[in-house]
Amino acid sequence: MEQNNTYDVIIIGGGHAGTEAASAATRAGSKVLLITQKLSAIGEMSCNPAIGGIGKGHLTKEIDALGGIMARAIDQAGIHFRVLNASKGPAVRATRAQADRTLYKTAVVALLKKEKNLSLLEETVDSLIIEKDIIIGVQTKKSGNFIAKSVVLTTGTFLAGKILFGDHSEEGGRIGDRPSNNLANNIRALSFKVGRLKTGTPPRLDKNSLDYKKMEKQPGDDPRPVFSFMGARAEHPKQLNCFITKTTKKTHQIISDALHMSPIYSGEIESVGPRYCPSIEDKIVRFANKESHQIFVEPEGIESNVIYPNGISTSLPREVQTEFVRSIIGFENAEITQFGYAIEYDFVDPRELRPSLETVKVSGLFFAGQINGTTGYEEAAAQGLIAGINAHRYSLSLDEWIPARQNSYMGVLVDDLTSRGVSEPYRMFTSRAEYRLLLREDNADQRMTPLGRELGLIDDYRWDIFNKKMDVVRKEQLRLESIFLSKEKLTSDDKIILGREYKKETDAATLLKRPEYNHDLVTSLSAVGPIDWNSCYFTDEQKEQIKSQLETRAKYSGYIKRQEREILKLEKNESLMLPRDIDYSRVHGLSNEAIQKLQDALPQSLGQASRIEGITPATLSLLLLYLKKNNKRIA
Amino acid sequence: MLPEKPYIEDTIVACATGAGIGGINVIRVSGIDTEKIAKKIIGDLPSPRIATYKKFRNKKNEIIDMGLIIFFPSPNSFTGESVVEFHSHGGPLLGELLIDEIVGLGARRAEPGEFSKRAFLNNKIDLIQAEALADLISCVTKKSARAAVQSLSGTFSELIFELNTKLMNLRLFVEAAIDFPEEEIDFLSDQELIKNIELCQGLFKSTLDGATSGEILRNGIQVAIVGPPNAGKSSLFNHLAKSDKAIVTNIPGTTRDILKISIDIDGLPVIFYDTAGIRDNPDEIEAEGIRRTKKLLETIDIAILMNDITMNPSENIEILPSELACLQVNNKIDLIKNKSEISDEDGKINISVKSNIGIDELLLRVKKLSNYEFSGDGAFSARTRHIRALEKSYDHFLLGKEHLLTHKAGELFAEELRIASEALGEITGKLSSDELLGKIFSEFCIGK
Repeated sequence: MEQNNTYDVIIIGGGHAGTEAASAATRAGSKVLLITQKLSAIGEMSCNPAIGGIGKGHLTKEIDALGGIMARAIDQAGIHFRVLNASKGPAVRATRAQADRTLYKTAVVALLKKEKNLSLLEETVDSLIIEKDIIIGVQTKKSGNFIAKSVVLTTGTFLAGKILFGDHSEEGGRIGDRPSNNLANNIRALSFKVGRLKTGTPPRLDKNSLDYKKMEKQPGDDPRPVFSFMGARAEHPKQLNCFITKTTKKTHQIISDALHMSPIYSGEIESVGPRYCPSIEDKIVRFANKESHQIFVEPEGIESNVIYPNGISTSLPREVQTEFVRSIIGFENAEITQFGYAIEYDFVDPRELRPSLETVKVSGLFFAGQINGTTGYEEAAAQGLIAGINAHRYSLSLDEWIPARQNSYMGVLVDDLTSRGVSEPYRMFTSRAEYRLLLREDNADQRMTPLGRELGLIDDYRWDIFNKKMDVVRKEQLRLESIFLSKEKLTSDDKIILGREYKKETDAATLLKRPEYNHDLVTSLSAVGPIDWNSCYFTDEQKEQIKSQLETRAKYSGYIKRQEREILKLEKNESLMLPRDIDYSRVHGLSNEAIQKLQDALPQSLGQASRIEGITPATLSLLLLYLKKNNKRIA
Repeated sequence: MLPEKPYIEDTIVACATGAGIGGINVIRVSGIDTEKIAKKIIGDLPSPRIATYKKFRNKKNEIIDMGLIIFFPSPNSFTGESVVEFHSHGGPLLGELLIDEIVGLGARRAEPGEFSKRAFLNNKIDLIQAEALADLISCVTKKSARAAVQSLSGTFSELIFELNTKLMNLRLFVEAAIDFPEEEIDFLSDQELIKNIELCQGLFKSTLDGATSGEILRNGIQVAIVGPPNAGKSSLFNHLAKSDKAIVTNIPGTTRDILKISIDIDGLPVIFYDTAGIRDNPDEIEAEGIRRTKKLLETIDIAILMNDITMNPSENIEILPSELACLQVNNKIDLIKNKSEISDEDGKINISVKSNIGIDELLLRVKKLSNYEFSGDGAFSARTRHIRALEKSYDHFLLGKEHLLTHKAGELFAEELRIASEALGEITGKLSSDELLGKIFSEFCIGK
């Protein structure tokens, strides 16, 4: 094989998983080839043009804290930024931004092009080259074979993709794009456990055909949040408004009357769609007593004439789509620029994967994104990063890196996927994380950046800023703890600022715990005085991060300690590995139900086993006894 | 993999002596904080393995009891961890007071068999004991519901389950509010939520009231002998009773009623039940016997599942509740000429009632299980554990309520509810985040 056909890592797919995988592997030092069917579709937002949201914003910040590209790109492409759950406390706050599709793609491509060791190729991969259960490379349609030590497969909805609306169905990975059928057959032939999932999109509307006066305006937040820890508001392009409107009784009538024409209700589609992202047909059938559903009217970009009406994804026939869209308030004269459709695609049971996202069957082959049964750009990107870094490490015969569930949403994601599998497209929610108060957006860098540095993902510049920031946080925290505020020390102005008398002497850090005080207020007391920035240069955005860090730490201190104790207990189980060939039916005392569940999930560790539904502490004790009995001297 | 050094875990405490029997209680503490906790109660620790008379003090430095204490530093102890035994004065009250004190200092109440489990992991007990231990642990249930049903009266467990449902409804609102902030309803300020909080609180109160008063404990370990017809169940029963209490013939299906006998094994009251043989096509009278057997199985502690080793194993195991502690017994090994044909399957006991082979081992295993049950380690202390779990749940519920109503801190309300729900889950079985999300999706119309 010629030298120029050989790489350390090959990434198949240029979506959110593929680009993040390529970026991570390259930054860590691998020579990487990214193969995609269409170079112009790199970084494409195939569904709604937005990044972040509850759980997803958390993932995006973690990706950023590991030096990833998603947060950097959205900071350059966001046209409407908000903090969700702003009133509910820092742990569950999440950043969300509408994106200008074109700017987003441009930003992703620009970030990738900075990497000298990354090559991009427009090609179709027809099959994987595997010898003795080890990946060797890939075979392409026109350019022959490419050789690599590891391969990351990120096929999105392209594996045997099928597009459906009304009684129409056609093969396709995305509207206007071919599916990857040869590769799909190849995956099935490798006897991976393959299933079908579906997702849907709404019809897109012409911006100029809508009546915004009838809708509720939803401006972005002021001040605007930024996504990346290195991001700045100055990067943001021009900002636009979003709008909210509603369906009417007439809408519901039209849809009810046309249900028999929907491929989902006529039985054409049998695969499972996400319950949290139901089609408008689903909403009307399942919640028949609800008279109206809200629709978020989201612009697709600054120059774009397209509106994404979020909340009416559908696979009804085109005539019906036009009719029901025009029954919605403000959409009376709407022109549809692209009709909604449902898409069905292959996914592989993620229990076929190790938590590093390497397949158990084929060494050096990694899967990331929708192929693993997930949905969402952020979920895909997070997996891409994990698969990318592990593909790099595999190529150098280094240990795999597995994010821990107690340390990150990424950890929750891969652990949930690989130990429980999926029954519907998997989306991140904060309620999936046991340690929600620890896994916040604001401390994503503290949780991940040191790990990223060890993995070779963080450059010196960023590492330096991170350390400076943490220095200031630590010093300021100590300072606040050491300032005792007695009655005498507080000036009369201070008392006005505090708005109440304090009988007991308290320190400034304790004051910060009170929900009504923030860092600015406490440091405005003459008895406390301003923070010392340690003569470092910080941007305004970074200063905001530091202050919110200090506030959050103070407010959650009791809870943080408690969750940390819980984690210590948990980590013991995580380190007890279960052999893969364990015959659970031979473990004395296990119920048939437990045996079945363990055999299906094949957990890697006692910790993973503990998170399988229906596995009790008693079952874990029995496993522990069994391990002990059969391995009198386990290292 | 298992570490070579002693396997040391968090600190557990339990009464190691039988409940309410004898002049003293031995309260055993084991784990990482043993020494720290003991020092708080008695001041300086005495020399290892020397019984020393000490005053036991509570947090306020008041004397709550006086008695002997023995300190066993790791690894030379029952569990291999550092262990302290307090010999407190008898009577359930004093023992409980001390245990509460120890829990207040950071220990938690031991699960059934937990001391022995640690002992086994640290090579302190042998395999036979470990088999008995596995029997015991398998009795701890998936939805500890069974334990609740066993140790608590019907009304009490009904209240607990109702409470669990209410608490979950509450969590639905809160978790939906957090994970779906863009929906039209603000679940947290919804009147429905306040109503649910009040409902929950009322239920907590009445359940706790009910739990602390009234007779809610049963007595005696209940053991049922079950299996296919003609496996020798009645023979074993008769052998145990040393009398002709049951009719024994070799016609399958003769035992149609359930017979019981109370036997004293080394001081432990154990009630054995003989049951109708279970097979696929019973006649009408047998069917009635099988129905009774199934009903019985809902309330017993241990099942002896008996098979004729010369026959294919029974396929009727599924009538046994999956969480029930079960001793699998192969009878009639006297009929097997070639002893190497007797499989030595994990945990199974081979006996011959006719030739009196293996009965002693069977009784030993029953006794071991029963012993655990009776000691502070076992299911009979489940009542206390359940009440403590309930109290813990209530405390966190109240804390959460305060977070929500005074500080509008929805995420802390959610966190306290999570802990409250986990505490209750020790009785009712835990709820996974997937189940929770599933309920949210079916309850509320959610999603863009």
